[in-house]
Amino acid sequence: MSLDPATIRRIASLARIRVEEDEVEPLCQELNGILGWIEQLNEVDVSGVQPLSGAANMAMALRADAVTDGGYPDKVLSNAPERIGDFYVVPKVVE
Amino acid sequence: MLTDLTIAAARDGLRARAFSAVDLTMAHLHAIEALNPRLNAFITVSHAKAVEQARAADAALAAGDVRPLTGIPLAIKDLFCTEGVRTTAASKILGPFVPPYESTVTANLLRDGAVFLGKANMDEFAMGSSNMTSSYGPVENPWKRKQDASAVLVPGGSSGGSAAAVAARLAMGATGTDTGGSIRQPASFCGLVGMKPTYGRCSRWGAVAFASSLDHPGPFARTVRDSAILLGSMAGHDPKDATSANLAVPNFEAACARGVKGLRIGVPREYRSDGMPAEIDALWQQGIDWLRAAGAEVVDVSLPHTKYGLATYYIVAPAEASSNLARYDGVRFGLRQNGEDLRDLYERSRAEGFGAEVRRRVLIGTYVLSAGYYDAYYLRAQKIRALILKDFTDAFAQVDALLTPTAPSAAFAQGENMDDPIQMYLNDLFTVPANLAGVPASSVPAGLDANGLPLGLQVIGKPFDEETVFAVSAAIEQAAGFDALPSIRAGA
Repeated sequence: MSLDPATIRRIASLARIRVEEDEVEPLCQELNGILGWIEQLNEVDVSGVQPLSGAANMAMALRADAVTDGGYPDKVLSNAPERIGDFYVVPKVVE
Repeated sequence: MLTDLTIAAARDGLRARAFSAVDLTMAHLHAIEALNPRLNAFITVSHAKAVEQARAADAALAAGDVRPLTGIPLAIKDLFCTEGVRTTAASKILGPFVPPYESTVTANLLRDGAVFLGKANMDEFAMGSSNMTSSYGPVENPWKRKQDASAVLVPGGSSGGSAAAVAARLAMGATGTDTGGSIRQPASFCGLVGMKPTYGRCSRWGAVAFASSLDHPGPFARTVRDSAILLGSMAGHDPKDATSANLAVPNFEAACARGVKGLRIGVPREYRSDGMPAEIDALWQQGIDWLRAAGAEVVDVSLPHTKYGLATYYIVAPAEASSNLARYDGVRFGLRQNGEDLRDLYERSRAEGFGAEVRRRVLIGTYVLSAGYYDAYYLRAQKIRALILKDFTDAFAQVDALLTPTAPSAAFAQGENMDDPIQMYLNDLFTVPANLAGVPASSVPAGLDANGLPLGLQVIGKPFDEETVFAVSAAIEQAAGFDALPSIRAGA
């Protein structure tokens, strides 16, 4: 599997990272180098192996479905690049 | 010099009132003032806050309120959120970020009386093995090559600032995080003890996330005992981290004195790679001999999937990173670049805020999780991860701990290994498997290479058996008698 410029543009768009046109070709080469190296994993026989998502060998703890935190909008908004009152400001999304 | 003391000795000195916590903190702040402009180990120095905390420590000591770390000055990797003190993860995208809360690990250290000198430099979002990806400039390793003292070496990474600060005596200890070797490799490069505990031993809450199933907070110190003291304070169950283990924290410091008599130490044959420098191979053999002489039994073991660890890591870690870093949107916190519409704002903010390595990993992660490629890459990697864990489980049915080299080389120069990302990734060859399996692992300074640079040995233990890792590490430390000093350090 090898990435072409169209795929680079697609994954950059999925990742919401702007990539300039002159960066596409170098990125293609870099990522293909890494993916080519990763191909070695195809040697491994994984038939019948259950995937492992993490090393924490434990059941997820349950807690009461209750609100236990919050009520401090000023703290939550304290790092907002732009705010009005208790709201974040974004460019207009509805015409 | 106060800056040369171990944490254990400083603790005794403070309790005996041989010097004050303010004296101790000021000595370190002066060292930072003198050397940080050169080393760049700290992104932020919290001078006023440190003095305030030291005064509080003196008051507590006078009142008889003595805690495990009262008055001990530490460096905090700039990945741990510290309330009211800027936390950047060495990224431009978090440049303006001041957390309104304290991470659990740093809160635990403050509860135990520690003083925070400032926030240590690192690779951006902990993605790197040289500290060269920091948006706040590279860090200089305080160690120099004997034959080429003008070469500026890297401290390793990603916790490079933490390691350089402790090695140069700018701090008595430091916090780090280890996702693929980010504590152990810099510890090896800087002649320090670094400890990555078991996954779940230290809470990840409030630590800026890179790859959540692989991220492990842990300590740096100049001795095994000091690292045990620090881990004892950092560790503990935290309901705010769903993967935090609800287990009592053992007395790690006491475990350092256990010795290794009767322990079975495994030597995994797959770590003996063809390209390994002879010096590292010889040091490994020396470590085996030391442990045998101290009463351990040495056993050959096999971890057959070791060679696939790194490639597995470079699917799993970018996949998790691409998800974790989705939160940087230019809206809620961090850097913002305005655009034509909301989507353009996201794309411009993230393009401007992320450096090249972070962008590379987010793109790889997005690709391996995308429709049509998920099974071929991500699912396959998760299955190989299961096989790697099984390798360790099988080995630990026969042995109590494993001994390997920490890194395939000593510290390299700034600019080396930069042309090809894979060359840089290979630094983590020996450390990555312990992250995939979640097992505890330390790096202990064991000798010097021909250039006079430190080399570490890695001790890997069973899940939640950090005590044996500390016991074996202490035995190596004692046998090695490592007393070399970096040429750049406070008072030198």
